[in-house]
Amino acid sequence: MSRRILGPFNRVEGDLEVILDLDDAQRVAAARVNSPLFRGFEQVLLGRDPLDALAIVPRICGICSVSQSVATASALADAMGIRPTANGIRATNLILAAENLADHLSHFYLFFMPDFAHRAYASRPWFEATAARFAALQGSASAQALPARAGLLKLMGFLAGKWPHSLGLQPGGTTRAPGASERIRILAQLRECRAFLEQILFGDRLEAVAAIDSRAGLATWAEGRAGDFPAFLALAADLGLEHRGRAYDRFLSHGAYAGQTAPLFPAGLWEPGTDPAPLDPARISEDSRHAWLVDEEGPLHPARGLTRVEAGKPAAYTWCKAPRYAGQPFEVGALARQLVAGQPLLRDWVNRQGASVPARITARMLELARVLPAMEDWARSLEPGQPYCTPGELPADGHGAGLIEAARGSLGHWLEFRRGRISRYQIIAPTTWNFSPRDSQGQPGPLEKALEGLPAGPEAPPLVQHVVRSFDPCMVCTVH
Amino acid sequence: MSAPLRLLWLQSGGCGGCTQSLLCHERPLFAELAGVGIEFLWHPGLSPASGPEALQILEDAASGATPFDILCLEGALLRGPAGTGRFHLLAGSGKPMTEWVARLAPRARWVVAVGSCTAYGGLSASTPGNPLEACGLQYEGHIPGGLLGREFRSGAGLPVINIAGCPTHPGWVTDTLAALALEGMQPDDLDELGRPRLYADQLVHHGCPRNEFYEFKASAEKPSDLGCLMENLGCKGTQAHADCNTRPWNGVGSCLKGGYPCIACTEPEFENPGHPFLETPKVAGIPIGLPTDMPKAWFVALAALSKSATPHRVRENARADHPRVLPVQKKTGLK
Repeated sequence: MSRRILGPFNRVEGDLEVILDLDDAQRVAAARVNSPLFRGFEQVLLGRDPLDALAIVPRICGICSVSQSVATASALADAMGIRPTANGIRATNLILAAENLADHLSHFYLFFMPDFAHRAYASRPWFEATAARFAALQGSASAQALPARAGLLKLMGFLAGKWPHSLGLQPGGTTRAPGASERIRILAQLRECRAFLEQILFGDRLEAVAAIDSRAGLATWAEGRAGDFPAFLALAADLGLEHRGRAYDRFLSHGAYAGQTAPLFPAGLWEPGTDPAPLDPARISEDSRHAWLVDEEGPLHPARGLTRVEAGKPAAYTWCKAPRYAGQPFEVGALARQLVAGQPLLRDWVNRQGASVPARITARMLELARVLPAMEDWARSLEPGQPYCTPGELPADGHGAGLIEAARGSLGHWLEFRRGRISRYQIIAPTTWNFSPRDSQGQPGPLEKALEGLPAGPEAPPLVQHVVRSFDPCMVCTVH
Repeated sequence: MSAPLRLLWLQSGGCGGCTQSLLCHERPLFAELAGVGIEFLWHPGLSPASGPEALQILEDAASGATPFDILCLEGALLRGPAGTGRFHLLAGSGKPMTEWVARLAPRARWVVAVGSCTAYGGLSASTPGNPLEACGLQYEGHIPGGLLGREFRSGAGLPVINIAGCPTHPGWVTDTLAALALEGMQPDDLDELGRPRLYADQLVHHGCPRNEFYEFKASAEKPSDLGCLMENLGCKGTQAHADCNTRPWNGVGSCLKGGYPCIACTEPEFENPGHPFLETPKVAGIPIGLPTDMPKAWFVALAALSKSATPHRVRENARADHPRVLPVQKKTGLK
């Protein structure tokens, strides 16, 4: 047995340490994930005016900023008993989708792909082209991908003032009604993004990508196709990555992009070989056993949750709590969202082989292909002259919950206020689920489980890196 | 061109949003930095080196084995609990980030605080009683000091350069870095809070798209209204230093253009305004946060006068989310 401590684990959002116990064959026998930064936003919010959360929570995270805003706006709307206007819902969806898709692009081009320019792969036939295209800071791809990402985020300029950290997302909708010309510019910006995705990333129409309905169909589609995603699929097949990174194969989604009747992607739970089950938020709890936080009286539902520091706690190894659903670890993210939503290619893939590095990447790519057309619809259906924000009154005492989907998965805010001041605020972020530590039952978190069995000696290829980054962790959200 | 300037970028008690904002730069970012001769020694979000390899880069920089030029830090310094720095031990190193920064800063020709939390403490320092013991590099709130102390000067003889903002505009960062690379900076290039004057000499109010509503004190009453946000909704644009309304965000935007108030995020202690962010504190119905360089009595008198002269169009539109009354068409030609 030997131990390796990997950190600073870079090209993720925030700071991350992964502690690996290796067996004699240099394979991971046990993994522990440490989220080493604690800022205590749940305490920052205590005693503040409830609406101050709109200014404070986006600053939890510079990459999921809008997601945090939408979650708190939704929790406040719940407490007010209001629902945003139709235009407000469309604009919120556009703003949230712009962030989520921009995050998928950042992840693929800046965080994930540069690992395949690692010298460990120098002998592979695809190495030279991949290194020229994706090497960190040097590759040719970022000169195309960064402007495409910035172009998508121009929607923030039109609809939300700026990104990150907008105050434009309110319980009743959004604060900015775009004019006729701005609506045209938003559509132009979306066309520009579509062109990048179709010409550079996919080498095909978005609708054709979204229609791929099986694992075999994906392989046929990718064969010989020019595009950054097909290039990834080729090297992933060469490296056998579809056998790497399986966690528990239990998936959870809060449901994404509100609609007048149903969200674009529904809420629920899914496991291979089954039909989706409904999500019951009352069964969510957080367990502090292995966090440097007081245990309280055991795992608590976030509506009753507490966050109190106990820095010297024995057996703790992270600042992150362990969220569980019905006592079990669940994986969240684009893959979970699409599996719950019944996307046929991913259902077929995970039914056959379980979750993996390329399945998670493919889920993000399919979201780019599925959500951009939805954005075009939302932009076209913005109704001139109709309101973007409905007023609401906060009672002096109240509570609310906001359960949404960020790029990286399920994000929940639980808020309680007394005499006009916040008395409790609890947050479970996507990477809190995925990178959670062990719980009181000793069950490892999803990443900890996914790393078990991987070759991880000093001479091993960067498989641990691929698996960790396949979750697209956001560490600043994780502990908040 | 002479040898490239090496830039070491680290993150601590913040949200990473200033890097994310920087990546929204209008022009290809890496090419622009390379164009003025700046190369990354290491950046946690962008560089290839990870784990032990990354730690070695930092150790060599801290020991002086690898000279470098610019240290950019993003995020507050967390000195707690009880002075241990354990709220952020740099992953893989087991050492507090505060210790790394204290070793690295004296080695740099310039030290740059990217974002208000790095400059002054920001939101990380806003928990009542500041249990995180969070501070900025050279300030704790508006008080000089912070981690490095008020007397600190970097290799080039400057105090910490505070690119305050929550987040920073990409242009504030690229222009500051380019100014350092091309000409260096002099003490006079920074304002009294250490901010580069290239963006901090202006007020957010300058170029505000709600200017006409401000002139006539035609005020918004609720979120999404078009009117001036100063009287009721907490806007501090007439007091906050930044060029947000002349240097657009994300190509076209700003907080004011987005329909919500300036919360003065470039100022020390903006995070604890002492009133709800979305409300204007008033005494006897008059906002207490009036423009900084105008006698209060004059402002009140002018406000009363302009309110009495507000055109119907401006008054109506101030309380709507899109213009309900349009400017009249002049029939006789413009003179």
